[in-house]
Amino acid sequence: MNFELIIFYFYALVATLSALAVILVKNPVHSALNLILCFFSVAAIWILLEAEFLGLVLILVYVGAVMVLFLFVLMMLNLNIKELKEGFVQHLPLAILSAGIMLVQTILLFFNIKIKTMPEISSNITNSKQLGTLLYSEYLLQFEIAGVILLVAIIAAIGLTIRKKPKENKYQNPAEQVKSHKKDRLKIVKMKTEDYDG
Amino acid sequence: MIEFIMTIWGWFYPEIQTILIIVFKIIIIVLPLMLAVAYLTFAERKIIGFMQMRIGPNRVGPRGWLQPIADTVKLMLKEIIFPAQSNKFLFILAPVLSLTPALAAWAVIPFSDTMILSDIDAGLLYILALTSLGVYGVLIAGWASNSKYAYLGAMRAAAQIISYEIAMGFALVGVLMASGSLNLGDIVDAQSGGLFHWFFIPLFPLFFIYFIAGVAETNRAPFDMAEGESEIVAGFHVEYSGMAFALFFLAEYANMILISALTSVMFLGGWQSPIAGFGDSIFWFFTKTSLFLLLFLWFRATFPRYRYDQIMRLGWKVFLPITIAWLFILGLAIYFKLPPWFA
Repeated sequence: MNFELIIFYFYALVATLSALAVILVKNPVHSALNLILCFFSVAAIWILLEAEFLGLVLILVYVGAVMVLFLFVLMMLNLNIKELKEGFVQHLPLAILSAGIMLVQTILLFFNIKIKTMPEISSNITNSKQLGTLLYSEYLLQFEIAGVILLVAIIAAIGLTIRKKPKENKYQNPAEQVKSHKKDRLKIVKMKTEDYDG
Repeated sequence: MIEFIMTIWGWFYPEIQTILIIVFKIIIIVLPLMLAVAYLTFAERKIIGFMQMRIGPNRVGPRGWLQPIADTVKLMLKEIIFPAQSNKFLFILAPVLSLTPALAAWAVIPFSDTMILSDIDAGLLYILALTSLGVYGVLIAGWASNSKYAYLGAMRAAAQIISYEIAMGFALVGVLMASGSLNLGDIVDAQSGGLFHWFFIPLFPLFFIYFIAGVAETNRAPFDMAEGESEIVAGFHVEYSGMAFALFFLAEYANMILISALTSVMFLGGWQSPIAGFGDSIFWFFTKTSLFLLLFLWFRATFPRYRYDQIMRLGWKVFLPITIAWLFILGLAIYFKLPPWFA
């Protein structure tokens, strides 16, 4: 058994167990924390596959940003845990169906379809460079479309949060604050010191 | 004697030999780092003392030199108190989670030409990924403490760290564009040729923003809203005592050193001397890092704490647009091969 295999099995085990824990633990915050652990282990497996760019980006984007916001929201919500668990059996058939479809997909991928690997450019060009070269040459259009979709999503998200502010709302106007000068507010008075006689 | 050790060494499997060598290298990095953290706290108290015309600690050992040791011993011997109904596992995990990324990031920092633990090609990405994990320590600490103040502090800290990470990431994109590499060693090499070839000149706004955002990322004054002792007592670590608190403290200072080291590697040419070819060595790396550490302390002695809306405004409405605009200008400069940096 070589060393890489031990690391692989370790992270594979952690990923599986934490993925299970995501749906099995009671507290939603614990679920989110388990999901983070799961992402992290999968990232480690990707790095083992020498796909270090994808692995690190997974940590950077999902673990470092998306899940932080998830946790943030989950911690703020006043959740009733009992209510959350009520539909568990009721939704089971649907869950089994979707899990079954995904399982079939994975099995098909395993046995039938030839997995298209990234074309080897050169052995001494790094994974990140290889990916970048492909994204900006062969798949440029797709890449840009994805970018535009994300941009639209950002604008839509901002648009959803903008509401007309009630008039009595108080807010800061930094430009005005910066413009203020001490001579408008501060008055320095020169006074004669008073005599102090015990 | 040496032969004897070599024989024993030969008995190990090659895999175990590699692991032992890596562990040895890690110890060589982490031990001095811990010592540096201890004496950084001492330096902070002395320097701020000097700035405020006080003496600072001078009781323990000659001129107070043993003060950090005394502090460490005190913190180690103190009892760790668990708040009622807190989640004990997460309560203990949180300080560990905040310290680990701060230490792990040192794996890719090039101390000099040859002194680097792991010379990986995606070094910059690794740094970005690991520094983005630091927020979990704070977030989990606030939640697991089951305390209002801790929770408020955690929320503040998390929002602030996420906001400044974006500006920081964009600043690093600038470095990436200028050097054309994700490898930190290559980034330093791209700045060779003396003081005027360092990236802080063509990337000045990014350099400035990176360091300020770094101060905000480490929750240091004037961005220490997470602690805000006048409003929320001590923020996310209000319930922590003893060694658990010490770990948060260690993480904060280790992060300060890390940000200083990164700034000097990416904008001030790392180990390179200001005069081309004049003794490039680890000495310059340490000098530049210490310079930024001094700035950290200086800020703390100078600026009053920001208001929370001011912090958010600075991060989102000032830093972020400037970085994006500068990336565009930088793109033009690279396209037209502006000498001497991009020729």
